[in-house]
Amino acid sequence: MSIELKNVTYAYGTGSAYETVALADISMKIPDGQFVGIIGHTGSGKSTLVQHFNGLMRPTKGQVLFDGEDIWAGGYDLRHLRSQVGLVFQYPEHQLFETDVLADVCFGPKNLGFSQAECEELALSALRQVGLKEKYYKLSPFELSGGQKRRVAIAGVLAMNPKMLVLDEPTAGLDPKGRDDILDKIKELHETRGISIAIVSHSMEDMAKYVERIVVMNHGHMPFDGTPREVFSHYRKLEKIGLAAPQITYIMHALAEKGMAVSTDATTVEEAKESILKALGH
Amino acid sequence: MNRLRRSEYHKSMGIIKTSKLIFDYLRYGEDEERPEVNRAIDGVDIDVEPGQFIAILGHNGSGKSTLAKHINALLAPTEGTVWLDQMDTRDEAHIWDIRQEAGMVFQNPDNQIIATVVEEDVGFGPENLGVPTPEIWKRVGESLEAVGMSAYRKRSPNKLSGGQKQRVAIAGIMAMQPKCIILDEPTAMLDPNGRKEVLKAVHRLNREAHVTVLLITHYMEEVTDADYVYVMDHGKVVMQGMPREIFSRVEELKEYRLDVPQVTLLAYELKQSGISLPDGILSTEELVEALCQSN
Repeated sequence: MSIELKNVTYAYGTGSAYETVALADISMKIPDGQFVGIIGHTGSGKSTLVQHFNGLMRPTKGQVLFDGEDIWAGGYDLRHLRSQVGLVFQYPEHQLFETDVLADVCFGPKNLGFSQAECEELALSALRQVGLKEKYYKLSPFELSGGQKRRVAIAGVLAMNPKMLVLDEPTAGLDPKGRDDILDKIKELHETRGISIAIVSHSMEDMAKYVERIVVMNHGHMPFDGTPREVFSHYRKLEKIGLAAPQITYIMHALAEKGMAVSTDATTVEEAKESILKALGH
Repeated sequence: MNRLRRSEYHKSMGIIKTSKLIFDYLRYGEDEERPEVNRAIDGVDIDVEPGQFIAILGHNGSGKSTLAKHINALLAPTEGTVWLDQMDTRDEAHIWDIRQEAGMVFQNPDNQIIATVVEEDVGFGPENLGVPTPEIWKRVGESLEAVGMSAYRKRSPNKLSGGQKQRVAIAGIMAMQPKCIILDEPTAMLDPNGRKEVLKAVHRLNREAHVTVLLITHYMEEVTDADYVYVMDHGKVVMQGMPREIFSRVEELKEYRLDVPQVTLLAYELKQSGISLPDGILSTEELVEALCQSN
């Protein structure tokens, strides 16, 4: 599985006085099995970008390739693409609608034409993967907590067995424990099932901890694309576009300025601790 | 009793006070006679002095929002008492005074904005209180200025960012000239910049307009400047103290499903590894200075 954007431009309201370019000549490729994070302030084009991954939005210019095939070429099966690239929107729990949890998760596979028995099998497996206990399966989704609802919504997409999961701010509004639970589950899915993950987030700390590659969006452009270490080394430039590096980055740079022999590219608490202990000769 | 005599009577009382507060949510099944009882608040005592900046921390479901709804009489206690500026919130006669003195700001800015122009939205509260028109406009101007939104006065709220909308919501509350303002996770749906803007506005109101602030959040970084912090879990206050005291208890905070800022966590971990550092470090500067001294 791979997704490639070739010189993609997307403009809202073309031809009118309100034309806004949300994506400006973006080229990028997500290879099979990658865990990538997308950051950018509100209105930077992140959500527009991810909606190109499964053909929900059609580029004004440029191409989107899935496994090398142009998804906007005549006769391409977009329905199949959408089962392969599962998109989980912001606040996905607002989209739960069925009478019970199991029925809600069955909805995706049902639309792909699976039989009732197959749907249930897929749904049960997806619910297990997101770590929701069986006692909740027959409850109304509205009786669950925020974190549980969100897991049901993610299961709804997983039940279609996608090769790639795209999540738009999956932890917004959750408490720290709920956030860690969801991110740990996503990481587990990535490791055990080998599916590719693209995750939109505002939390630099989470990005540093989980992803292998960070793509930075700003005004429809992509100023940075690299490992968390590389991207956060540009912390001054990130600030200029309304973003920041994790707190750790600032601490390490401040210590280095004071003459301590620490590595300024540490991005997690663990790395920082080791580097400081080493510098202090412990 | 008029206001003056009442305040003489309870001279020692803070602006927000709860005593042995208990609240049960009742859930009725289809044919069960007895409702299922869910205790959301379980014996909470808090006492807030006028002008303080108070933070309430807790994970989702810890009871913090239920507590907030008691302060301006959106909910009435099952047991115990809540006083807002010495008025018992169960006293129907004072309900409108209470709601004017204690303004609430909620999580989702889109649910709190009702008008099509920013200035009209801000004027909605005082208009409902029967404030004369010239006075409304004066308050609208001052409130927008206080949250740094004067430039957007004639704009449509639809076109604002989340942080800007939330500041308009705060201005709308300020225009009613409350004595305290209760913010229930006001930044949960905002991006880091929006979060900063809102917090800056709230701190400024507290400092310059001397409004008492009760900030409910699960972002620990937001409470480092608070005067006092309460941590809630399972409907109870389980920790309370100055931010520095609270933040030095890293293991306990983790048990309550909260996390500490990276700088505090790093300081804690270094200390565990034998580096001598003071407790409860809250800022990058403090940590850097302390480490340079021990180097």
